[in-house]
Amino acid sequence: MSLTTAGALPGGTYDVTVVGAGVVGSAVARELARLPLRIALVDAADDVGDGTSKANTAILHTGFDAVPGSLEARLVRDGQRMLAAYAAESGIPVEPLGALLVAWDEEQRAALPGLADKAVRNGYRAARLAPAEEVRAREPELGPGVLGALDVPGESVICPWTTTLAYATQAVRAGVDLHLNCPVTGVAPGDPHTVATGRGVLRTRYLVNAAGLYADRIDRLLGHAEFTVTPRRGQLIVFDELARGLVRHILLPVPGALGKGVLVSPTVYGKVVLGPTAEDLDDKTATGSTAEGIALLREKGRRILPALLDEEVTAVYAGLRAATEHEDYAIRSHPARRYVAVGGIRSTGLTASMAIAAHVVELLAEGGLPTAGARDLEPVRMPNLGEAFPRPYRDAAMIASDPEYGRIVCHCERVTRGEIRDALAGTVPPGSPDGLRRRTRARAGRCQGFHCGAAVRALFEEARR
Amino acid sequence: MNRAVDVLVVGAGPAGLALAAGLAAAGAGRVEVLERDEHAGGIPRQCHHGGFGRAGALGDPGALADLLGLGAYGATARLRRQAERGRPDSALGLRGPAYARRAVAAAVAAGAVVRTGVCATGWAGPLSLETTGPAGPERITARVVVLATGARERPRSARLVPGSRPAGVLTTGELQQSVHLYGQSVGRRAVVVGAEPVARHAVRTLRRSGAEVVAMLTGHRRATALPGVPLLTATTVAELRGRGRLSGVAVRHEDGRSGLLACDTVVFTGDWIPDHELARRGGIALDAGTRGPSVDGAFRTATPGVFAVGNALRGVERAATAAAEGAAATGPVLARLAGAPWPEPGARLDVRAPLAWVTPNRIVEPAVRPLLLRSGEPLDHPVVTASQDGRPLWRRRFPGPVSPSRSLRLSPGWTARVDPSGGPVVLSLG
Ligand SMILES: Cc1cc2nc3c(=O)[nH]c(=O)nc-3n(C[C@H](O)[C@H](O)[C@H](O)COP(=O)(O)OP(=O)(O)OC[C@H]3O[C@@H](n4cnc5c(N)ncnc54)[C@H](O)[C@@H]3O)c2cc1C
Repeated sequence: MSLTTAGALPGGTYDVTVVGAGVVGSAVARELARLPLRIALVDAADDVGDGTSKANTAILHTGFDAVPGSLEARLVRDGQRMLAAYAAESGIPVEPLGALLVAWDEEQRAALPGLADKAVRNGYRAARLAPAEEVRAREPELGPGVLGALDVPGESVICPWTTTLAYATQAVRAGVDLHLNCPVTGVAPGDPHTVATGRGVLRTRYLVNAAGLYADRIDRLLGHAEFTVTPRRGQLIVFDELARGLVRHILLPVPGALGKGVLVSPTVYGKVVLGPTAEDLDDKTATGSTAEGIALLREKGRRILPALLDEEVTAVYAGLRAATEHEDYAIRSHPARRYVAVGGIRSTGLTASMAIAAHVVELLAEGGLPTAGARDLEPVRMPNLGEAFPRPYRDAAMIASDPEYGRIVCHCERVTRGEIRDALAGTVPPGSPDGLRRRTRARAGRCQGFHCGAAVRALFEEARR
Repeated sequence: MNRAVDVLVVGAGPAGLALAAGLAAAGAGRVEVLERDEHAGGIPRQCHHGGFGRAGALGDPGALADLLGLGAYGATARLRRQAERGRPDSALGLRGPAYARRAVAAAVAAGAVVRTGVCATGWAGPLSLETTGPAGPERITARVVVLATGARERPRSARLVPGSRPAGVLTTGELQQSVHLYGQSVGRRAVVVGAEPVARHAVRTLRRSGAEVVAMLTGHRRATALPGVPLLTATTVAELRGRGRLSGVAVRHEDGRSGLLACDTVVFTGDWIPDHELARRGGIALDAGTRGPSVDGAFRTATPGVFAVGNALRGVERAATAAAEGAAATGPVLARLAGAPWPEPGARLDVRAPLAWVTPNRIVEPAVRPLLLRSGEPLDHPVVTASQDGRPLWRRRFPGPVSPSRSLRLSPGWTARVDPSGGPVVLSLG
């Protein structure tokens, strides 16, 4: 079991190297960890899940609205089942809230039956039309003008941070070498491939490219040019926990010509999120929010849930979807090269991650990777970050066994010193206070560190010494 | 575990401690103060500057009136004026931490129980709170509950400042704790957003930590500069830049000019909001202007048995003001313990823009203490009027400039003319 964040990389040849420790790359590494092989997972960042995987809308989709027959449709549908089961087993918070696709005008109402049919073609049979009165009764705070909705009871919200961390933790415990702060800068294809990184050279027989926004660059390093990633920015606003009572379901917009549109949804952390925008950019680092984006979201949000706009904002953030010129995932296998590119994992990659991983390992096997001797992995049990499940500060038995679980450091989010200590000593410890936030929720609340920022930083720095 | 006490005060800052001291000294029974922090004392603990009351006069922890009572108003106002003339902090009386220590000592000496590291997390009944601490969860039921939970500064996100999310973005609270309580270094080149007293303290704290303050900026057209710090008025933050660490703050003047201030630290100061989570979770009515619990002149909320005092009522006032409110609530709480009925809500007090808020928020009986009125914008010689149902009640001209960071004190005499069963009393300009 090993994790490195600095210094030269170990010598020898890896059987498989996965580039990119986002939710997809980590899922692939976890799936590979079942095999008696030497596996590496490398990422340029100082933490796992530091790219798109940390900044999304965090919906566990049913895939009811995917393009029927596409690879994405299949992997989202399978991935949803796999991840729901995995989450239950490993303690990743999931709240099955159900979604309402709310129609606000005649055109949208007219589109609902078509969406219901599409759901059936995607193998999802539980969607049904709900009349306006029912929608209003189920969501009393909705703004005026609701004409009806498509009820999709299978949609859930999930914790994206714990998901990636669970995959990576399980992979590392099963023997995968995780190398962070390790950007891949060049690849000399061969057998083995010679991979140049910011921390020296790494040799590997098989290569999986799960580099998200940069998957096209890695692809070109191997001499391919099968897709170009165009970042599509999504800005989101998170409202305070005190707004949680305003909404009960995931309120999806009826998709129109301009993409999926803006939703309002509870988060597993007990807050409410409004977003995302959809802006095609050419800068892969443009993860900032903009005044225009915030104004647009507020305008849309005011229509959907007027009372939401009076609540305090906890966070504004933006994520970049890895869109390409293809209307589907761009997963490409090059058996002769012992290389699989996992490109174009756009706005559903969190949901589909486990199915993508299984698919990628099949492709590697078809390309000759020996897959005999697969074993079951030691299960992981992740700390619960979900507001709907027992949190340590409320757990009398846990506090009795260790009073540190009764010592709240971050008061907005009720994060205890025990949880912070555990995260800092984890198999994949955080690389920064932001990484600690994603493992504990510390500093993720309404005061954003006014009360606890200095204390949390002190704990983080103490653990690093 | 379930327990009962006579009075449960949530928050061991100046307001909660002053009230607890007063009640315990008056023999109110078991008076328990909960503090979620590891130490009692509240915000003053992290304020390493003077201005917290008269040094010397406070040596005796029993001298409650002097330490925590109304007398402190005049003294701090005078000392503040001295500060603005450039006297060193030490000339201003007590520094925050010393003031906090004495406030805690006074409450404890009077017989109140101050429990730190214990957080009230929610309600288990109308006068029962759920708490958590290292000793485990508890339910504490009281005859009177007092919310003295203080206020916090709104962070960059709540102010909807766009841009990236780098390290180096702070509020004054985080800055002061980092520097004064943890000895952390915060950065080398800092921009301070705000130009009010709290912003000036942020500048001093930054300088003490070794950072250079590149600029202070405020959206207001007028503000007082600090020697050596460029002041940008009528200017707002357009965007934060930087990956990993802050690299700059893009600013925009109201005339359309814009620019970029290179810096690795930015401190957002002085935009206060009451810590009203418990109040809201308990269904306690809030005032729309203050966003704190709506109270009458005796600090009674609309919920029988629940009082609220200090900065929990409206965001920040000086420690002496909060403490004075705590002390002044002693009588009403004692009366409630003795069986006094909870009155009808009375007449609401409303403000019209640019006025931002007034407290108390309701008139049940004539007020005995000054009302605090805050403007959202700088004003010159404002004339404030009060009327109810179209009937003028009172009118007064305030000489000189009025800052959005300081409250006007309205002497309470006119409230005798309010009809408690009438419509809202409206405070406006002109
Ligand atoms: C606004 C928004 C909303 C979304 N909502 C949802 C949702 O509700 N449900 C859902 O299922 N999905 C959602 N998604 C999509 C989901 O977040 C992505 O599909 C998923 O994160 C993709 O994971 P990934 O591992 O492919 O990419 P990333 O998470 O971006 O991971 C790629 C990793 O590769 C690393 N890397 C890149 N180049 C190199 C290099 N040269 N060397 C080493 N490392 C490198 C990066 O540092 C990064 O860690 C949303 C996305 C956005 C932007």
